[in-house]
Amino acid sequence: MTRAAIVGIGQTEFSKASGRSELQLAAEAVLAALDDAGLTAADVDGLITFTLDGSDEVGVTRCLGIPDLKYTSRIPQGGAASVASIFHAMSAVMAGVCDVVVVWRAMNERSQFRFGQPIARGNIPAGGGSSFMEWCLPFGAQSPASWEALTAQAYMHRYGATNEDFGLVSVLLRKHAATNPQAWFYGKPITLEDHQASRWIVAPSLRLLDCCQESDGGVAVVIAREDRARDLKQTPVTIHGAVTTLPFNHEIISDYYHGHDLAQLPMAQRVAARLKDLTGMSPPDTQVAMIYDNFTPQILMQLEAYGYCGHGEAKDYIRDGNLELDGSSPLSPNGGHIGEGYIHGMNLITEGVRQARGTAANQVANVKTVFLASGVAGAIIGAG
Amino acid sequence: MADAAILRPEPVFTPDSAFFWEGAARGELLIKQCGACLRYWHPPRPMCPACNATRMVPARMSGFGTVYSWAMPIHPFPHGFSAPPIVVLVDLDEGPRIVSNLVGVDPRNVQNGLRVHVEFEPAQGGRSVPVFRPLGAAP
Ligand SMILES: [Zn+2]
Repeated sequence: MTRAAIVGIGQTEFSKASGRSELQLAAEAVLAALDDAGLTAADVDGLITFTLDGSDEVGVTRCLGIPDLKYTSRIPQGGAASVASIFHAMSAVMAGVCDVVVVWRAMNERSQFRFGQPIARGNIPAGGGSSFMEWCLPFGAQSPASWEALTAQAYMHRYGATNEDFGLVSVLLRKHAATNPQAWFYGKPITLEDHQASRWIVAPSLRLLDCCQESDGGVAVVIAREDRARDLKQTPVTIHGAVTTLPFNHEIISDYYHGHDLAQLPMAQRVAARLKDLTGMSPPDTQVAMIYDNFTPQILMQLEAYGYCGHGEAKDYIRDGNLELDGSSPLSPNGGHIGEGYIHGMNLITEGVRQARGTAANQVANVKTVFLASGVAGAIIGAG
Repeated sequence: MADAAILRPEPVFTPDSAFFWEGAARGELLIKQCGACLRYWHPPRPMCPACNATRMVPARMSGFGTVYSWAMPIHPFPHGFSAPPIVVLVDLDEGPRIVSNLVGVDPRNVQNGLRVHVEFEPAQGGRSVPVFRPLGAAP
């Protein structure tokens, strides 16, 4: 069976004010990814982005000069689309529809449309995949942090976790970012005291330093047929397996209806089980964990769901140093969304590729495989 | 609250959720119940996922429930509130879980598992929303 590999990655700078359109960010990121792969626009026959992306297929083909596409698609569920897009690109390649698929995400999320600002009333977007516009806004839960906080507090209550435990994630990711020159917080580590002194965004669960950044930037990833990949510029990073799931009654972020106990993530548990079936590997078998960090509690909950530790044990697992660069499962060595920048999951994928290639700023030793995860989607990748 | 300007954001109506807000305007907490298998479902949907019946009937809840979890949005300050609201997930005694507010309690005294009962507060556009007060707390 034909396999798919990641053959190119590209990005713009990550900033708070890009000074150019989202389409330009998209075009620059796609061009950089094609250059990295040693491909040109004429080689591209598939394009994928998020339903939320402000640029589109027509704009990107017009900028790059892509002569003909066989496949375009848009992936729902907010930032969960990041790793899901890798699954879709892989599927298009393995089905024989495409030879070269480019996934992109570009956003002026700080200078143009800030996710973190409260919304009083919004239109309910078709295919939004979440019910917060209807069921949360009139009650003052008007931002992602407030939606997340209802789950985070349930986790705290269930397992006795504290906001200080959440702070461990923030301190770790800022430590990683501090030695990554591409990171917004390069050279700016924090202490747990800094975390505890940061203001409440939503009491009693989320302080400012529990939240990911708001960033401007673009990221693109090129996926190609494995036989094609072998002739290109970079060592191909094979997609050993990629999966998505949509459990009954799951929704994005205001995910309150999937079962009584919100301290567990059934979608993430399924992702781990499906990857095991597909690849024979579990997330903890990999050498690097690139796990979606919109808010710090999500890291604890996902670690438990993916099988890194038992339920309620994530705080101790982190304290024991497992997520450090020299630990058993280093977490987001680029600093993640909290430390490097927030390009909706895509800059976690590019870091995973760099770790697999052995070219990352904070390179982990002896990386054979990397786990990529964005809640409802997961992948295991590795060089060769 | 009677003299204060009503600032709470107006709920969004959809064909499948209008009954909820229309009920709230009459002081009733309604949840859709399957007309065939009698299960309750929230958020509302036009088909019962257990038996696929499309006869979904608004049913009046007792208004009693239990706080499952809570959050107090502080920054950025939410639109339409003069003090940080206490947002709660309430598990209704009949089963469904809904997002709402907790009123009549000091934030320092909020606890998971608090027993609560529904009441209604005005929103913009002449609407009402259900909120919850701890049992025994002064109105
Ligand atoms: Zn039914």
